[in-house]
Formats: sequence, C-alpha cells, structure tokens
Amino acid sequence: MNYRDAGLSDGEHERIKEMLGREPNELETALIGVMWSEHCSYKSTRRLLSKFPQEGRNLVGGPGENAGVVDCGSGWGLAFKVESHNHPSAVAPYQGAATGVGGIIRDILAMGARPAASMDGLFFGMPDSGKSAALAEGIVEGVAGYGNAVGVPTIGGKTFYDPCFEGNPLLNAFNCGLVRLGRIVSSKTARPGDLAVLLGSKTGRDGIAGASFASKELDADNRDSRGHIQIGDPFEEKLLIECCLDLLDGDLIASMQDMGAAGILSSSSEIAHKSGAGIEIDADLIPLRERMEPWEIFLSESQERMLLVVVPGKFDAVKTVADRYALECVPVGRVTGDGRYRVSMSGETIADLPVGILGDAPVVDWPMRTPGDLEERRAQPSNIRSLDPIRDIKTLIGSVHGTCREEIWRRYDCQVQLRTAAEPGEPVSAITLPDSDALIVFSMEAEPWKCWTDPFHGAAETMAQSIRTLALCGADALGMTNCLNFPSPEKPENFHDLSRCVDGLAAVCRDMGCPVVSGNVSLYNETPRGGIYPVPLVVTVGLVAHRAYYVSGGGALPGDVVYLVGPTSASLGASRWQVLCGGSGCARPQGSTWAYDAKMEAEFAERALASSRKAGIRSARVVAGGGLAAALAKEVIYSGVGMEIGLGSLDPTETLFSEGGPRAVYIVSQDKEEKFVRVWEGYPMTRIGNVSGTSLVIHGIGELSLEELEAEFFGGAEK
Amino acid sequence: MRTAVVVFPGSNCDRDVMNAILDMELGPVDMVWHDEDGFPERPDLVVLPGGFSYGDYLRSGALAAKSRVMKAVRGIADEGGLVLGICNGFQILTEARMLPGALLPNTSMRFICAKSFVRVERADTPFTNAYASGQVVQFPIAHHEGLYFLPPDELGELEARGQVVYRYANSSAGSADAGEEYSPNGSLNGIAGIINASGNVLGLMPHPERATLKGLIRGTDGRNFWQSIRNHFGALEANG
Repeated sequence: MNYRDAGLSDGEHERIKEMLGREPNELETALIGVMWSEHCSYKSTRRLLSKFPQEGRNLVGGPGENAGVVDCGSGWGLAFKVESHNHPSAVAPYQGAATGVGGIIRDILAMGARPAASMDGLFFGMPDSGKSAALAEGIVEGVAGYGNAVGVPTIGGKTFYDPCFEGNPLLNAFNCGLVRLGRIVSSKTARPGDLAVLLGSKTGRDGIAGASFASKELDADNRDSRGHIQIGDPFEEKLLIECCLDLLDGDLIASMQDMGAAGILSSSSEIAHKSGAGIEIDADLIPLRERMEPWEIFLSESQERMLLVVVPGKFDAVKTVADRYALECVPVGRVTGDGRYRVSMSGETIADLPVGILGDAPVVDWPMRTPGDLEERRAQPSNIRSLDPIRDIKTLIGSVHGTCREEIWRRYDCQVQLRTAAEPGEPVSAITLPDSDALIVFSMEAEPWKCWTDPFHGAAETMAQSIRTLALCGADALGMTNCLNFPSPEKPENFHDLSRCVDGLAAVCRDMGCPVVSGNVSLYNETPRGGIYPVPLVVTVGLVAHRAYYVSGGGALPGDVVYLVGPTSASLGASRWQVLCGGSGCARPQGSTWAYDAKMEAEFAERALASSRKAGIRSARVVAGGGLAAALAKEVIYSGVGMEIGLGSLDPTETLFSEGGPRAVYIVSQDKEEKFVRVWEGYPMTRIGNVSGTSLVIHGIGELSLEELEAEFFGGAEK
Repeated sequence: MRTAVVVFPGSNCDRDVMNAILDMELGPVDMVWHDEDGFPERPDLVVLPGGFSYGDYLRSGALAAKSRVMKAVRGIADEGGLVLGICNGFQILTEARMLPGALLPNTSMRFICAKSFVRVERADTPFTNAYASGQVVQFPIAHHEGLYFLPPDELGELEARGQVVYRYANSSAGSADAGEEYSPNGSLNGIAGIINASGNVLGLMPHPERATLKGLIRGTDGRNFWQSIRNHFGALEANG
C-alpha cells in the first residue's frame, strides 16, 4: 500500500520517515494512515475542541476516556457520549444506523457502566424525495432493530428535515450508562505483563478502513463504499454487555476498550499509549472468520468485540465467564514496558512502531475565511408579516418540520430496564436514578438553519436552549456531549463556520458552568450536490434533585393562567416561520439569530429552577422552534384544554413566530400566581391569557379548535 | 412464595420482572440460566421474560422452546405450579406447545412500543383475581410479533373454554369494549393473553411488569396482576 492510498499527505509521509528514521513498511503505513485519519485523530479539530470548558462541579472524568462521567449523587455516576454514524448510514441505512447504536453502547460499556438509555439525532432529506424517504426508513428501522434487541431503551431524540441532507443523512447516536463511582474503568491502567484478550465476535472483512471512508466526501455513487460498512448483531452485543458487567463485578479485568473505528489497531494502541506502556499482538492468534491480510485484520471494524486487559492469573476465571455466554475469548498479545506497538505473524515481526506515533497525529490547521455571503445570510429579511397567522400556525405544527414524531418513536422500546420517567415527546427525556428520588434528564438540541445563517449565535442558541429546557423542568446541567456534523473543513469558509459554532457552544458552556465531557466530530458531510448546513448537535444531561420538582409540559387545567417569561419577541431570522411561511414559499433560512446574552441566560436559569422548587408550576415549555405559537399549540394539544390568549398591542408576527432567547410559556394555577410572579420579579414577564374552553383562541386574530390542532400535529406527516 | 425467572441468552426483561416482583414483595426470586437442568429451589411461579431469546433466530421463541431449562419448566406446570410467559415468553410457550396458537408479525410489520388497554375477561384465575371481571386496565406493549393466531375452529373452542383472559380494549375512559378492532397488532379476537386448559399457564403479550414500579411512565395498573398471584398462593396456604 502506497502512503497516499493510506490517506497520508506528502508532508505527513515525510514526517513519519523522520520520526522512524526509516521508511515505514506497508503494514506500518496502513496502521499510521488510519490512526492519522480525521475520524480517529481529530486532527482538524483538536485545536478547536480545546476551547471547550472541561471543568464542572459534578465532573468525574472527561475527554480522553471513552466517554465522560458525571456524579449524579447516591454513589452513582453517569457515563455518556454521542457519536455520529453518518457516512455508513448514507450508504447502508439499516446497518449504518444499527452499528451506530451498537458502537456507542460499547463506548459506554467500556467505562464499566451498564448502558441505560439511548437517544438518536436524525437529520433527513425531505420525505417527498423517494431516496430520502427510503434512507430515513432504513435508518429508523436500524435504530429500532438494534436498540430493541439489545435491551437498552431509546427514550427520545430529535428529527430534523431539510433538503441539504438529501443523500447525506445524519445519524447521531447517544447512549448513557450507570456506573458506581469508584468502579469506573479507565484505559490508563494496563501494566506490562498483562494479557491483551479479544472478547466477542470473530474478525472478518466487514467495515475495513471505515475510519478512512468517514474522512472524505461521499461519492455520487457510494456502491464502492459498501465494503466499508459494518454488520451488526445485537444478540451478540447483549451477551457482550452482560459478560463484561459480570467480569467487572468479579473484579477480573484490569482495563477494557471497545472496538470501534480502526478495530483492533486503535483499541490496542490507545490502551498502550494511555497507560504509558507498549503492546505486542500476535496476528496468528486473532480468531478470523475468513482469510485476511494483516492490514485487514488490524483495520477491520467487525462489530461486537471488546479488548480486555487481564492480569495473567485471572485469565482462566475470565474464560469461564465468557464460556457461559458462549463468547469467543482469546489472548492475542501482551502489554509491554517498552512503548512499542509490535505485531508479529508466523514468528516474524511485521510492524514495530513507537505507540506515540499512532496516538499523536499531527494537528492540521485548515485556513479559515469568512464566507463572502455571510452578511447576506445574516441580513434580516425586511418587512415580513404574517398575512394569516392561523393558517401559519397550522403550517408550523402540521408540516413535516413540526409534527409529532410518534410514528418514529413507537418503533423504539422506550421502557425496558424500568427507568423511563418521561414519555417520548415530552420536552425532556428522563430516567430514574437507582436508590434515589432524583431524576436524570436529557435535552438533545440542534439548530441547523440558525447555525448556517449565523454560526456563532446559532450554536450559542442551540446550547442555551438545551440548558433552558433543563432548567425549566427543574434540572441543574451536569455536563454536555456533542456531535459536530460539518462539511469538508478543507474549504476555508466551512472551517470558519465550524470554528464559530465551536466558539458559540463553548461560550455558553463556560458561562453556564456546564462542562463538555465528551464528543465526536463528523466532517466531510458532502455529496456532489453540496455540503450540509452546520449541525452542532448537543445533548445536555441534568439532574432534578427530587422528582417532586420535575416540571413537564401538557399539564394545563381550566382556570390556570398563562405567562410568557422573557422578551415578547426574539428573532424571526432562520425561524421555522421564516423558512416555511415568510417570503415566497419555502425559502432558504435567512437572518440573524437572537444574540446570546450570558447575563440574561443566567437569570432565566436561576428563576426557572426556583420556580420548579417553589412556585407550584402546572406546566411549562420553552419558546423554541415555531415560536410562542407552537409552544401554545403544543400545550393545548398535550393538556387537552383550550386557551384564550391576548397579545394586546404586540406585533402578531414577531410575538407568535419569532424564536430563540431565554423565553418560556408557564401555566400556573391561580392560587400560586402570586408566588410565581414573585420568583420572576425583575425579569420580563407578560400575562398573556388563561386556560379555558376547547380551542386555542388568539383575540383579534382567530382560533383553532383542539381537534384541528390534533389533526395537524398528529396527522400532518401523512399528508 | 418463590419465583424463578428464566434467563435466555437475549432475554432483556428478566431484571425488570425481578424488580417488579421484589417491589411487590412477592418473596425471593431466583434468576435461572437457560442451560440449567432444574431450579435451585422449587419455585411456585416460573416467569419466561420478554426479550429476544437467541436473537429471535429462526422464529421468535423457537430456539428457547428447545433449551434445556424448558423440561424443568414443563415439570413445574405439570405439577400445578404457575408458569407465566410475557411477550417473548408467550412466544416461547406457544413454540413449546404449552399453549396453543402462534404469534405472528404485527399487521404493521413494525415493532410497536405503546400504551395498550386490555379487558380482564375473567377474574377467577391466579393471574386476574385482584381485578374485576370486565375491568379495563393499561399494560404497555413492546413487540414485533404479537398477532395471536389460531385456526378458526380451534379459536372458537379456546373462546368457548374461557381461555382468553386478557383482550385488547378501547382506550377511551368509561368504555369496556374489547375485541379485534382494538388489537394494536392485528391479534385475532383482540387476544392479548390466554391460559392453558388447567388454568395455571398464562401467555401474555403486554408487559404487566412495565406498569408496576411507581414514578415511571405508563402507570401502575400491573400491580394488581402480581397481587393476583400473591392472592392465589395466599388462598392455597389458607386452605392448607
């Protein structure tokens, strides 16, 4: 294999020669090539990612391990991470999505945690395109097929549609797991003399060099890429989970590592590198499904495998447990003290590299240029007015951008493991914490349109929205994980957008004291038709100290009063209304986003938390996609009661449809109103109506009956 | 009373059943691996839990029905002990011919996870006595193969013998309608759960254990399901 075929640049090749003092052989070139790929090395983004704050009160472990861990109290930690599986899902939607779910579950398992809940971020082309609809169907079935069988509930997620995802859908898989503090597994604890043991499936030719495949653009015809696709087996994974947890309970392993991108190579070299050790692997010992070349063996991404590090005296006990689960369990090498990554075959050394060369890919700084059309993108569409707000509300909640996602989540087992405390579709997802009255809550957010027109504020709005959602339901934010889905960083304008989005996320996390505990970057999301909009997807984890504080939506009762807290309008730029109803039909997103205001966000969060504890809130919902109008419509639908709303002299378009900013709708019972007002004193607050009847009535504008709203929201997707 | 929960490779509701039974304080629970010849102690109740035993290879439940532990399960049923198959467990019981019929793929050909409402058809069984006959309760469902099928004449006999104990029902409050039109999966006659002729083996597609613990979604209507089993053994003890 030539170094260019291995994905290395001329400069990188020179550098390798310099570091080794010789020309690497073919196998070594292949090994370095994949470890230095974008997917494995984060070489384009490492510098950007260092801007993320990594400190927080509850943080137990952060980036550098397989997943971050936060302290949830009662002796429990939560390990969590979100990871993309975009390219595979574009080529083989069912398997791509299935193995995305399986892969992130093993990341969590590798922390010593029992995987407890999954979520999925789905970004599809428009469903009226046959190709996009087929990809979407395959991806949803893949998430369901794997997730249901592996016994981990899928408790929520996000689905977003835009033509830019045609041919390049995104699948971001999130998983979290519960681990006893003090029992967290580290990849830094391998000692010379320990055995390297392969547990799980045999190695085969599936998913060879998937990491390199994910590090370039998709071709018009991806058929050649099929060999890169991994095949998943949730049954095997379920056995692997139970087996690894049994091994940990028996204190039988020193460390473990999941096998994802770049399979045996990355798992074994990472564990050696992070432990400050070396490792030697005997390729003859690796159980194979078929005859394979050495580079294929090391780069294969066959699924459902773990690498265990075992003290020699404990191997027999490990093998006994593995036999019970009928899992292959084979020592294939040994940890050494010499810092070398050595591979032998038929008694001969066929690769011998310093582990550092594999683990420390050089950083790439792509040039950055402010896009020439950025000002145009940010320019506020002037003089736009809704000609028929009632019709527009129906469009917002009845189009594919706003309808209920039940058709998707009904296919996911959301309840197995008996922890799920929020129905899919509620503003947050939630699970119970063992031995405790606390709830762990999750908010997954992404705002591709806003990040396209206004990268910094769009990303800031994404992150702020996620923290607002948690605060509203009564939760302190413990930490965030993110997936940065972007087009090629090699175009200076794209790298600008990426960099500004990272700045936006980082600013909010820093200001709000929310550490970034883990993450993943997916670049090169492009097809010959063009790149995707920037999609920084965040999942923020929060803790509701006691379930009695938990505030959800859909709890309005007749006689309650309705408040809008925060400014009465924010921005129509890149709002759902602007794209769907503003201007001439289905426009491109345009206009700036609500300008992030740290002080106001902090004041909002503080009051929202106080409200959940003392103010007897009946129901609450942040004002986000679809603006105040969509928030009110959803409250009516989920509560099953009407509302009478008066906007006074406020501008109807701005008030009903603008998005963003620290704003929320609160439904408060009359006897608690005084308390509520006291909590929000000093913050913008407007009493906009009360709960009554069976329609959403907006005085001076019109009304929509509960039946009409339900027909749009629940039936709209079928139109 | 004592319960054994059988764990097949691929079972995934085994712990949930155990937690529900422990929460209801029904006594000790033994988790029994599929390749055991027998139980560590004689159980009063054996539960075959939901999940994807053996990865659903071949057909749901087909391989589990042939596993070693099933001989011991059959023995408990023959001696009059209670055997309960939930979801995949129901599929295993039909594959093992301990219950008649078969569970076919849902008419939607998709996995369905949802609230479901079932009517208690008779309250004189060990699995229903804490409910009122005709009562509609909410048990969640989560399955891909839940369409209960039996040829028409046998189906008529099953109904005539009163072996249908749970039937899918209308979700509207106040309604006690039940039947095929309320099947979320196309199940014939709206059948959600059946017992064997001797009344000690129940197969049930919905998951009562998912409606047992407090503070979770989808309610707690399942508590009286476990209470029924407790009542049954309490009565046996009282009658001495």
